[in-house]
Amino acid sequence: MRKVAVIGLGQTRFGQLWERGLTSLSVEAGVKAVRDAGISQKDVEVLYGGTMSGGLFANQEHLASKIPDYSGFKNIPSVRVEAACASGGLALRQAYLDIASGEHDIAVAGGVEKMTDLGNYSVTKVLATAADTDSEGIFGATFPGLYAMMAKLHMHKYGTTEEQMAAVAVKNHKNAMTNKYAQFRKEITVRDVMESTLISDPIKLLDASPITDGGAAVVLASEEKARELSDTPVWIAGSGHATDSISLHDREDILTLKATVEAAKKAYEQAKLTPEDIQVAEVHDCFTIAELLALEDLGFVEKGSSGRFTEEGQTMVGGKIPVNTSGGLKAKGHPVGATGIAQAIEAVKQLRGEAGNSTGAEIALTHNVGGSGGTAVVHIFRR
Amino acid sequence: MAVPKIWRKIPEYYNLIGRQCPECKELYFPVRDVCKKCGCLEMTDYKFEGKGQIVTFTITRTPISDPEGENTEIPARDVPYAVAVIKLEEGPMLTAEIVDCNFEDIEIGKNVEVVFRKIMEHGAKGVIQYGYKFRLC
Ligand SMILES: [Zn+2]
Repeated sequence: MRKVAVIGLGQTRFGQLWERGLTSLSVEAGVKAVRDAGISQKDVEVLYGGTMSGGLFANQEHLASKIPDYSGFKNIPSVRVEAACASGGLALRQAYLDIASGEHDIAVAGGVEKMTDLGNYSVTKVLATAADTDSEGIFGATFPGLYAMMAKLHMHKYGTTEEQMAAVAVKNHKNAMTNKYAQFRKEITVRDVMESTLISDPIKLLDASPITDGGAAVVLASEEKARELSDTPVWIAGSGHATDSISLHDREDILTLKATVEAAKKAYEQAKLTPEDIQVAEVHDCFTIAELLALEDLGFVEKGSSGRFTEEGQTMVGGKIPVNTSGGLKAKGHPVGATGIAQAIEAVKQLRGEAGNSTGAEIALTHNVGGSGGTAVVHIFRR
Repeated sequence: MAVPKIWRKIPEYYNLIGRQCPECKELYFPVRDVCKKCGCLEMTDYKFEGKGQIVTFTITRTPISDPEGENTEIPARDVPYAVAVIKLEEGPMLTAEIVDCNFEDIEIGKNVEVVFRKIMEHGAKGVIQYGYKFRLC
């Protein structure tokens, strides 16, 4: 397998972008990434695009044709990748494998979601299709509901508190203050979270990531091309992907995302690194409990101790391992298909020294989850 | 939802009939056609008693009913309602609503038993789908 580098970054603003459609968001992100790489559209040899549901959210499928056409990537092979909220991370991995295999030298990996053309009620229903419709959705499990059940059990088993979960949201909102693309640039307090509307006990409105429109893209290149085109290539040192049961009730352990554990194991092994080597991480905080579970499943802390670790400030900038320096899904926003790519953008910015909350890190990790843990994708980046 | 889809789910949703692997004896609910443990494809039906324990639960308070009446396969519901992951006595776990109780009485570890109730109505055709819910016992 050949070495692969990230050489270009592009994203749209994340938020409720009434004036923007699915195609326009995709094109802006992709073309910005191409320009950041110092190349032109005709240099792009292949496109991998992640989107959860162009069909249900925006009534458009066959994006693998539409997006390269509107982006000016003429007649190239193009693949639409779907793994619910991990679609973006998986598109990145498929593009990585493509370049590593030697098939192409320059690829764009993108992600997009246009969510606000539907009302909140309908969005909740579409997101619920990332769970098992026949055995979860139809019986009343919503997405917040599934993560709420994980949170409830974590509290019961390990004594994790609602305030500890709230601390995740407070930190991520603070981090988003320096991210000009973020949906929310507004600090909140633990009390704000505790007093926000109860959605699915114990998850409250401010424990949840928002409904977001947005697009993100990166340009990947082979080692030869990367050295020719870029002064600041960031290398993909490890890439792991694993699946697990789509439904929460079929897991071996409801509090362990085995897909995360397995994907991380592969990425660590490939990069010849351990969790202790990771200096900054973007993890999948679709709900505050999800960030806590990620800290445990990625091996940063022992099972059950993530709440205390977070409350102590160890995941803040300046802590033992800064997590979600971009603001995370919680505050940066969560256009589901774009999220995995936006995480990679923050990781690369950290390693280039361009991040809003700069940590000076040389090794970064990203962690993207689909559904309640049916898919996980982990990448490790090095300067 | 089309009528055949409701009809083919009747054994599972109405009678809690899952599967057993004839080779390794592993039990499955919801229905699976292949044994996860040994790969056997010749699974046999297995009727579960409908007794179990609450593994975890939540009370959902925001509505997912759809004011625009858009037709999807996930039912509208009145809120609040309780949903739990339940471990059946025979081993498998499932997701279901907890009904006929005060929410304050629902706790992790409590015993529950199955009841059969209306799950949803399908739009203008008026097809009603029934299925399993659970109550404290
Ligand atoms: Zn078997």
